Amino acid sequence: MSNKKAKRTFATLLLAALSIVYVSPLFIILFNSFKSKTFINLQPFTLPNAETFAGWENYLVGIEKYGFLDSVWWSLIITVGSVFAILLFCSMFAWFITRAKTWYSKILFLLCIFSMVVPFQMVMFTLSKTADMLKLNTPWGIVIVYLGFGAGLSVFLFSGFVKGIPLEIEEAATIDGCGPVRTFFRVVLPIMQPTYITVGILQTMWIWNDFLLPYLVLDQRYYKTIPMIIQMMKGSFGRVDMGAVMACLVMAVIPMIVFYLSAQKHIIGGVAAGAVKG
Amino acid sequence: MDKALRRSFPVFVLPTLAAFCIGFLVPFFMGLWLSFTEFTTVQNATFVGFKNYIAAFADPTFLSSFGFTALFAVTSLILINVIAFALAMALTRKFAGTNIFRTIFFMPNLIGGIVLGYIWQLIINGILAYFDVALAVSAKFGFWGLIVLVCWQQIGYMMIIYIAGLQMIPEEVKEAADIDGANGRKRLFGVTLPMMMPSITICTFLTITNGFKLFDQNLALTAGEPGRATEMLALNIFNTFYGRVGFEGVGQAKAVLFFILVVVIALIQLRITRTKEVQA
Repeated sequence: MSNKKAKRTFATLLLAALSIVYVSPLFIILFNSFKSKTFINLQPFTLPNAETFAGWENYLVGIEKYGFLDSVWWSLIITVGSVFAILLFCSMFAWFITRAKTWYSKILFLLCIFSMVVPFQMVMFTLSKTADMLKLNTPWGIVIVYLGFGAGLSVFLFSGFVKGIPLEIEEAATIDGCGPVRTFFRVVLPIMQPTYITVGILQTMWIWNDFLLPYLVLDQRYYKTIPMIIQMMKGSFGRVDMGAVMACLVMAVIPMIVFYLSAQKHIIGGVAAGAVKG
Repeated sequence: MDKALRRSFPVFVLPTLAAFCIGFLVPFFMGLWLSFTEFTTVQNATFVGFKNYIAAFADPTFLSSFGFTALFAVTSLILINVIAFALAMALTRKFAGTNIFRTIFFMPNLIGGIVLGYIWQLIINGILAYFDVALAVSAKFGFWGLIVLVCWQQIGYMMIIYIAGLQMIPEEVKEAADIDGANGRKRLFGVTLPMMMPSITICTFLTITNGFKLFDQNLALTAGEPGRATEMLALNIFNTFYGRVGFEGVGQAKAVLFFILVVVIALIQLRITRTKEVQA
């Protein structure tokens, strides 16, 4: 028995050590963000000391010179807008093509599955030209692009759930005099709540972190998302302000950590549920 | 019901369908057509047959990026899945802290590829500096740097899927194995692995397609340096499109080939693992 207990303690200690290694990259960028820029590349693994400590200066440069907070704002608008549009329209779409037995239902479903395997590079050039032509190069227009490109996975997950809802519930609503719109919003939508959470989480993780699509679609003179501004700071030629980069990396990671810790159960459950359906 | 439902087509189907056309269908078919033409903007395309495809195959950087990507995808597939599976096995046992460990291992998943790339660039260059080298010195460093990065990012995600799978194995099956006197190894290969095939199918599918489609991490960590030696397929296509004017057609042809490659790999992978799935 004591042997078993020792084994358990050993397991805990081993995984605790591994966990420390796992989170250390985040702490490394955190303490580097408080060093003045010239010391970061020279000694990335030492804590700030009297000579290297820079206070909040890097954060101020990131915010004032590079406009980091604007990009947080655009990222937020685009993510919230797109996820909302995807949840609303894709669930309606999925319910319709699962319930209405028409010749095009099956075709639309198969097209959605097909779009899931197509890599972004296949459509990247033509999509950016199409979006440009239709003037979708704003944070509001890009919502339509995300709805279109994200429809595949979302429709697939929603229709998987709809298939499991007993038809009788909806038929009862029809007999009570509900039209399709009311049946959907009063009866189907509340039942589908777990799938809304799953799809919402998977799409939030994708859209918030997406770089290439907004980079190609948005008008960069006015709008930059967080990944775009970091790529611009680091990828441009000439001198890179490592201090500001570190501060912006920290500010980019914090919202996601907060989101994760506040909705952790749903996120882990959503990932597992999303995968099981696949 | 059905008739009323069909009449509501514009409300239910049209918004998503219109966006799907703009965001996917039109660009997809336009892309297919443009791969057979020469163009700089979409309006001035002239048909050139298979010329772009011939140019794509004649481009040594495209072929070498294919080799690099394939090696990377297979290596990351094996490492991520073996480690994630081992962690899932460990964390479904009873000892203190399993929930906290789960939370921690999953966390890097929420960080985007560009941010991840720059975090690891600092760390890897910092370590390599002790040996007087840097990421941009050799393709080997870039390769293993990318492997470390994607492992850090994806192990937690796959671990969660494996944990969900392990929890779905019925208790009776485990007990039956115990009664039959199966030892640890027999239990793993005879019971656990066959029962876990659906999860393994999903995770191997995700890791191999992620590996082939990797872009942000590649751009941020190495940007293809040194030379173009660590340039993966997606980045190679991007650079063909936007690197030089006049090569858009070749870029689009490469993109079509890339699309076919990803579909073929996904189909082969699904066929191999699906045939090994068993029912409880």
